[in-house]
This record gives sequence, structure tokens and C-alpha cells, in this order.
Amino acid sequence: MSKTFMIVDDSASMRQLVAFTIKDAGYDVLLAENGRDALEKMARAKVDMVITDLNMPEMDGITLIRELRGKADYKFVPIVMLTTESQEAKKQEGRAAGASGWIVKPFSPSQLMDVVKKFVKEREQ
Amino acid sequence: MSDDNETFDLDVLREMFKSEAYELIGELENALLALEESPREKDVISRVFRALHTIKGSGGACGFDNISHFAHEVEGVYDAIRNDKMVVTREIINLTLAARDQIAALFDEVYKHTTAESEVTEQIINRFRSLLPQGAASRTKQPAEPAPTVQEPQATYRIRFRPARDIFLTGTNPQFLIDELRTLGTCRVVAQLGDIPPLEALDPELCYIYWDVILTTTKGVNAIKDVFIFIQDTSELTIEPIDIEGGLSEDDDYKKLGEILVERGDLSAADIEEISSEQKRIGELLVEKGLVNNDRVEAALTEQQHVRGLRKERQKSEELTSIRVQSDKLDKLVDLVGELVTVQARLTQVATEGTSALLLTIAEEVERLTAELRDNTMSIRMLPIGTIFNKFRRLVRDLSQSLGKGVDLFMEGAETELDKSVIEKLHDPLVHLIRNCIDHGIEMPDERQALGKARNGNIILSAAHSGAHVLIRIDDDGAGIDTEAIRRKGIERGMISADAELTEKELYALILAPGFSTAKQVTDVSGRGVGMDVVKQAIEALRGTIEITSTRGEGTTIILSLPLTLAIIDGFLTRIGNEHFVFPLSLVDECVELTAAQSHKMGDRDLLNVRGEIVPYIKLRERFAMEGERPSIEQVVIAKVDNVRVGFVVDHVVGGHQTVIKNLGKMYKGVEGVSGATILGNGSVALILDVPRLIKTVEREETKT
Repeated sequence: MSKTFMIVDDSASMRQLVAFTIKDAGYDVLLAENGRDALEKMARAKVDMVITDLNMPEMDGITLIRELRGKADYKFVPIVMLTTESQEAKKQEGRAAGASGWIVKPFSPSQLMDVVKKFVKEREQ
Repeated sequence: MSDDNETFDLDVLREMFKSEAYELIGELENALLALEESPREKDVISRVFRALHTIKGSGGACGFDNISHFAHEVEGVYDAIRNDKMVVTREIINLTLAARDQIAALFDEVYKHTTAESEVTEQIINRFRSLLPQGAASRTKQPAEPAPTVQEPQATYRIRFRPARDIFLTGTNPQFLIDELRTLGTCRVVAQLGDIPPLEALDPELCYIYWDVILTTTKGVNAIKDVFIFIQDTSELTIEPIDIEGGLSEDDDYKKLGEILVERGDLSAADIEEISSEQKRIGELLVEKGLVNNDRVEAALTEQQHVRGLRKERQKSEELTSIRVQSDKLDKLVDLVGELVTVQARLTQVATEGTSALLLTIAEEVERLTAELRDNTMSIRMLPIGTIFNKFRRLVRDLSQSLGKGVDLFMEGAETELDKSVIEKLHDPLVHLIRNCIDHGIEMPDERQALGKARNGNIILSAAHSGAHVLIRIDDDGAGIDTEAIRRKGIERGMISADAELTEKELYALILAPGFSTAKQVTDVSGRGVGMDVVKQAIEALRGTIEITSTRGEGTTIILSLPLTLAIIDGFLTRIGNEHFVFPLSLVDECVELTAAQSHKMGDRDLLNVRGEIVPYIKLRERFAMEGERPSIEQVVIAKVDNVRVGFVVDHVVGGHQTVIKNLGKMYKGVEGVSGATILGNGSVALILDVPRLIKTVEREETKT
């Protein structure tokens, strides 16, 4: 069964950019506009990896990571944050909250996949 | 990392971003106006920041580098404001509004094909910069371009990676990182298990294992660091270069085990002093004394082997000396080793039955030496297959010329080694197969051109190791096999019935049956009455298999699978009643007990449920019509042939056994399912099972019924 990714970003084009690349690699994709939206959707579906922006209205990425790490289902799920150069402090905060890694914007699809590959392996055969 | 392999269309993305871009500009304007009303409101500052931030991020993703860069500069000021390093002034708001207009103009340039004045951007950036307090300016540097990958000299690194205990809680699987390391070059990994606590103290959510890795790569140390980029702060990671190509220490030998352990910090120099006064293998001694654990010695030994191998390899080309020996001397040597292995098996048996611990130690020593002697002797007999490959160049040239065809021959894996006697017996079948390729496979140049192929045909001859076998492939890009023609001919010759439904595989198998030839006319080259059945027999005499696949119009592939050696193999000894049977160990996957609960019958087929996987099995006792009482618990040896797992039911599993292969003699040539025999330690004879053949025979019988 194909793995499912949750992509959280308040920017529609950013969501699409990431979704494009992930779908292209053969994975399923769920989209959310902010942390709260993501939490609600992830309560209903099983997600194998999360890619989240940090700056979002309603609920930001850091809070989302903290919330997810508190849930038994998502304790061990890889969570990658989308950051920018200017967010060194945020990055540290995210790591402390339990993020698995980060991608600095802007990035190319191949850079994104390089990071994804660190966390998700399709089962062989 | 290059961008030329982008997997989506940038234009599509830009179009998608269009409406959002204008929304963002609108939001930025509204937020700025709100900020003018309440310049100290944190929420409003955040709104401005977020709008700029998204313009920067998404703009960058769409390839609008100028916009992204510009938004980045402006965002810097609002970052300072958010962090209370600056306060909002009317000037800042005015400037940001001007910036917003400029961003809009830049978007218009893209979407509405107007022109924007790039100097305005510069002016605004400079004014923003002048506003920034000292110290905050440093953040305005743009993200660095990813460095191009440079080919570094080949170097070997010693890496110790000890992940944070709670690594799983950050969603990271250290195994994936080790896998990623493997992609960088030649890699040896030793897992260190010494820190794993007893079961009752073990927390399954924590990672107690750490890894010692020896990696030879040309990618450089930064590529290794990149693998661990996300966890370098929390994990313990040491990377030390231990061997660099063109470095000073070009000894083909490498450091002693003790030195390595001291260098790794696993052991102190004083410990070594003390220990080396005693005469024994240092590794064993250290473990005995409890100074280092076994895994660490293992890791150090791995390093030693790896680097020694590397250095030897480097020197090889310079000083490859050899002596010539008559081949019958070698044959004699192999015979003697075979006898020795048999005697050793007896010795081991006597030693295990007896009570003398000393004898047992000696027997074990002899066993180890014999195994080493066996491997060495076998390796002497190994020849690179290139020795016969090269003979085919002339053959291909002469043949293609006489037929008026153009054929290019390519060879791969010519360095693959195979037992001398196998190579010798391989020559004729290969000649036949290559002749067939050129004669029946490759089309005439004009015909090829009409089909849109290159005028010259290609034949690729390749060899590669696969477990205890060597695979030899012959690929051509010719016409492929006409399965209809085979079917017709098969019916004509009465080999199959007219209404037989044959799979492609079965049709190809027909080609290998005696007396089959589909050539339209008898040529000088092939079709001399000897067919592929001769090839098949020759390969089977070598205990090999032959497989044909073909795509009409695209070409044919023939794969020969041959055992590495004909003399001695690693076997897996089992017992049924009082008889012993040997499985080639390379085929054995696992052993399970046969329980009634897990075995089912489906038609004539016996099926076994192994951890949820359905595995068909064959009862050898029934197969060989053996009398006697079945034991209460039977064992199933699961073998893997061509990626299919099949179980074989035996009474008892005895264990690994060095098997000297003896031929059964002419009388037993027709026996299916047995490929030879061997002599056991107690002098009795065990039959060596021909596992693939057994499976085929049973399959055939099933399809008939």
C-alpha cells in the first residue's frame, strides 16, 4: 500500500508544489491549510509522513509538531518542517518539539525528495 | 544537485500561483494599513511578516528569484520588529507600501507582461538596509547555492554513529541513514549491540544500538555529513579518514588490530602492552579479558580487512606475478582436498561422539583449516570467464561477414571467475548460442533499417556472480523468437497437441527439446541437426540451468546459471529415516516445523502457512517412496529457487556440511531430482538433491493431472 503524506501550508501554491513532487514519487497526499486543519484530518486518516510550514494562522507548525508527538499514533512519524534562512530560532524550537528534519525554502523537487528519502522507504519487492 | 531533472512544469506552477500572488499583495496592503492604525499590535506585525514570508517562499518555488530576494530583504525588517529590535515608524510603513507596489509591479511583469523598473527594487532595498540596526544586517545574506559535487580522491573513512537514545521519537529511523551511507560507496557496517540492556530493562521505544562503519567513497567527507544533517546535534558522530588514495602510507598491509582499537579509543595503550606479552590472537585475548566486547573487535577487524583489501587491489595491477602449473596437478590437489574434507568430517564425528575435550578442539581446528584450504584451492582453479569470451570476437566477426550481417559484440563482467573445468565445458554451448543469435536472431542490415533499428545488430555477452552461481547472459537486439512458429513446429513434430495451451515460458522450453529447429532453411552456420537440446544437456551436465526470454521484434535473452564449482559445495544435511540428503546451502532460506495447524491441502497441492505467507511443499518421504514410520514432528526446509519459495519435508535437520560432490555414475544418469552424492563422516553415502529439478518435476506432474 502506498504511503500517505500530509502537507501543511497556508500557501496554496506551496502546498501544490510539494504535493506535485510527492505524488510524482508515487505517494498519496493529504493537504491541510494550517495546524488545526491538519490535526483534524490526521485524526481520521493514517499518515506516514508530515511536511509542514511553520508560519501559519490558526495553529502554527511548532504547535502542530508538539500536538502530534503527544499522540500515540504519531509519536514516531517523520515530520519535516519547511523553514527559511531567517528562522534559525524557529528551527531549533521545532527540533525541540520533535521535528525530524527541515527543508530550507526555496527548494527544488530533487532537494525535497533527497530529504524525504531519509525518512521513508518503500518496502522492497 | 542539478535542476534539469525537474519533475513538473514550472509554468503550470506559476499559473497556479497567479491568483494567490495577487491575494498576497492585497493581504500585505491591508495588513500594512492595519499596522498604521495600531503599530504595536503583535498580531498585525505577524500578518505583515507572514504575507512577505509567503511571497518569498512561494515566489522562490516558482522561480521568481528577484521577487523572492526582494521580499526577503523587506521581511528582515519585520523580523527585527517582531523581535523588538526595532519599532514601527511611519517611514517603515511608507517604505513597505512602496515595496508592496514594487512587488505588484514585478508580478505584473510576469503575468501581465508589463515592465517593472529594477532600479526601484535596488533603491528600496538600500533604504531598508539603512534602517536595520547593526548586527541584524548579517541575516540578509541569501541562501547559499548548493555546492556542485566535486569528484574527490577516493578515501576511506571510519565512522562511528551513535544515535540519541530517543531518535525514534523524532521520527527518524537510523537504519535508513545507514542505507543512505551505503549508496555513497563501498561500505562495511558493524552494528554494536553491547549497550542493549537485558529484556526486563529494555524500553522498546529507545535505540540502544550504535554502528561502526567503514566507508570508501569519492564523494568527500561533506557528503557523509549530509547524511546525518538532521541529527548531527543530537547524535554522536565521528568521521575520521583512515586511508586516502595517493596518501603517504601505501603499505599494502594495514595497522594491527590493537592499534586500531587504541586509535578508536576503545582501548588504552597500556592494556595492549600487557596483553601482547601473551602469545595468542589478540582479538580473542581482549574479549576473554573483558577489555573490549566482541562487536568492537569485529568492527576493528572489519576496518583492517577493508583497508588491506583496498590497498592490495591498488597494488595488484602493478605486481601481478604468477607461475604456470600443469592443470592436472591442480585437479589432483582438488581431489586430495576432497578426501581431506571427507576425513575431517569423520574426525569431527568421532570427536563429537567421544568425551575428550582436547580432541574436540583439535577437530574444530582441523575443520577451520580444511575450510580455508578448500576455499584457497578452489580459488586457484578459478579463471576469469573473459578467457573464453575473447575467443568469440573472431567467431562473431567471421560469422557475421559470411552471412552479410553487421554485428557488434559487447562484453561485460569478463573478470567474473568460474571454475576451470566449468569454463572449459562452457565453450561449445556458448559457441552454439552465439551462432544462433547471429543466424536466427539478428536481421539483415536492410531489414533492420526498415524497422528503424541501427544497421548493425548488437550482441551483449555478460557474466555476473549471483550467490553460489554465475549468471551468463547473451542478449541480442534481433528479431526475437516467433512463438507462433514454435507452436506450429511443435505441433508438426508431434511434440505438443494441436489444442495445447502453452505459456510463453513453455513454448521457449520447446526450443530446448530434442530435435527442434525453426530455421527456415538449413544454413552453413546452424541447423546442422544438432539443436538447442545439445546445449541444454551440456549445461545440465554442469548442474546449470538455461532460461530463454524474448520479445518479438526487440530481441532475445538467454540466461545460463552455473554453479561456481563442480567439486565441493556448502551443503545442508538432513535425514529421512536412515537416509541422509544434502541441500545446496545457497538455496536454503529457512527451516520450520511442520504442524498440522499450518498445513493445508488445496487440490493435490500441499500448502504451508509460514508467518502468513503460503508456501507449497513437497513430502520427500513420499516422493522417494521411503518406508518407515514418520516422526511425530517433521521439519520443512524452505528453499528459494528463482525467487519462489518451496518447502521440502524431512524427518530431521542435521546442519551445515562441507559437501564433496561425487558423481553417481552412468547407471543413475536418468534419476531426476538427485544431482550427485557425497560421503559422510561415518562413511555412509548421502544424496545431493537437485532442488530446481525436483520442483520442476512435481510441477509437471501436477499440470498433467
